[in-house]
Amino acid sequence: MSNYLITIEDSGESYRQRGERNLLEGMAALGRKGIPSGCCGGGCGVCKVEIVSGSYRKRAMSRAHVSAEDEAQHRVLACRIWPTSDLTLKVLGKMGKNLCRERGGEASRS
Amino acid sequence: MALTGVLRPGHVQMRVLDLEESVKFYRDVVGLVETGRDKQGRVYFKTWDERDHNSFIIRQAATAGLDFYAFKVADKATLDKFDADLRAYGLKTERIAAGDLLETGERVRFQIPTGHLIELYAEKTDVGNGLSYLNPEAWTGLAEKGIAPIRMDHILLYGPDIDGARKIFEDVLGFYLVEHVVLEDDKTDLAIWLSCSTKAHDLAFVRHPEPGKVHHVAFQLESWERVLRAADIMAMNKVNIDIGPTRHGITRGTTIYAFDPSGNRFETYCGGYASYPDWQPIKWTMDEVGRGIFYHNRKLNDTFLTVVT
Ligand code: FES
Ligand SMILES: [Fe+2]
Repeated sequence: MSNYLITIEDSGESYRQRGERNLLEGMAALGRKGIPSGCCGGGCGVCKVEIVSGSYRKRAMSRAHVSAEDEAQHRVLACRIWPTSDLTLKVLGKMGKNLCRERGGEASRS
Repeated sequence: MALTGVLRPGHVQMRVLDLEESVKFYRDVVGLVETGRDKQGRVYFKTWDERDHNSFIIRQAATAGLDFYAFKVADKATLDKFDADLRAYGLKTERIAAGDLLETGERVRFQIPTGHLIELYAEKTDVGNGLSYLNPEAWTGLAEKGIAPIRMDHILLYGPDIDGARKIFEDVLGFYLVEHVVLEDDKTDLAIWLSCSTKAHDLAFVRHPEPGKVHHVAFQLESWERVLRAADIMAMNKVNIDIGPTRHGITRGTTIYAFDPSGNRFETYCGGYASYPDWQPIKWTMDEVGRGIFYHNRKLNDTFLTVVT
């Protein structure tokens, strides 16, 4: 079974992703607030990330949210990619805002 | 005949990212009946109990979302009259030849101010529901296959000018307002539920900055028990459930929202009260909107206003 180290550059946290989960499922399993669960089908665009390093397998995702250039630059939808190596990613769009908001929230609570 | 003019929602065409994956999903999990494929590669479905050839059509595309939503009207004279009325109202209409959609007559297509394409048509071949028109049984084996809804029931559309859209449906096509959610200014509607029948809604809109978006297509089920059964089937098939089973305060329908493999949301819906055109619309305010949309947990989930295709 696959077992890859996924690093979220924005928050500096990392986790191990095992098995056949897509990247969004893996991130959601972290149990962190701020990881949006959108459509999980590549249609709505809320889970857009940039893969900074690492390789992955991908499936069709909506051109409304990922242009051909985006796709070439590894700006993709987390729910439509499956890691095939350790990955480092940056969150984009709505997910990025949520993560930042969550981090702000944690900072103000501590 | 008391039900005249626009009879009911007739067909919807959706874009999917992977055709065969979606065919499997709608046929085996949702339990729709595949009724045909055309030269353009579109796949046609109906629910087991619908009698007309198709109500749900998918095609593979680079984006998910809605191509068009259509209503069946009483007859060809009504279709011609609505076409003329829509033009007189100032809208551009387009005639699409009979046969462009399988087993479907001529369609009148127009764009509403929310950016969506709406169609009217009068004819679609009656292929029956597998039961006889003479002394029939109550249901067929297909009624138990997958979620197996009864009919394609309604759609919730997201777009900017919902007031302009409402005026067309009310003033030209004879729909009426059943319920609405009003923003804090006590004037602007955030959302409207419209009916052309005695259903609590045949069509609904939410105000949204991007035009032409779809929140969900709804399939009707017979009972709350069937809604729970649908949830079990979704769980078994790892379908991404957005929320539910729960109830809407608005329309009182019981519901599950879930996503198809391309991220298009669909609803399995039961109930909703019978409404009449002379009834006073029900109004909801923003401080109670959570209860209006999701009656049990009384708050909107994160995805209700943001996740659309
Ligand atoms: S969650 Fe909708 S595109 Fe990934
Ligand atoms: Fe609905």
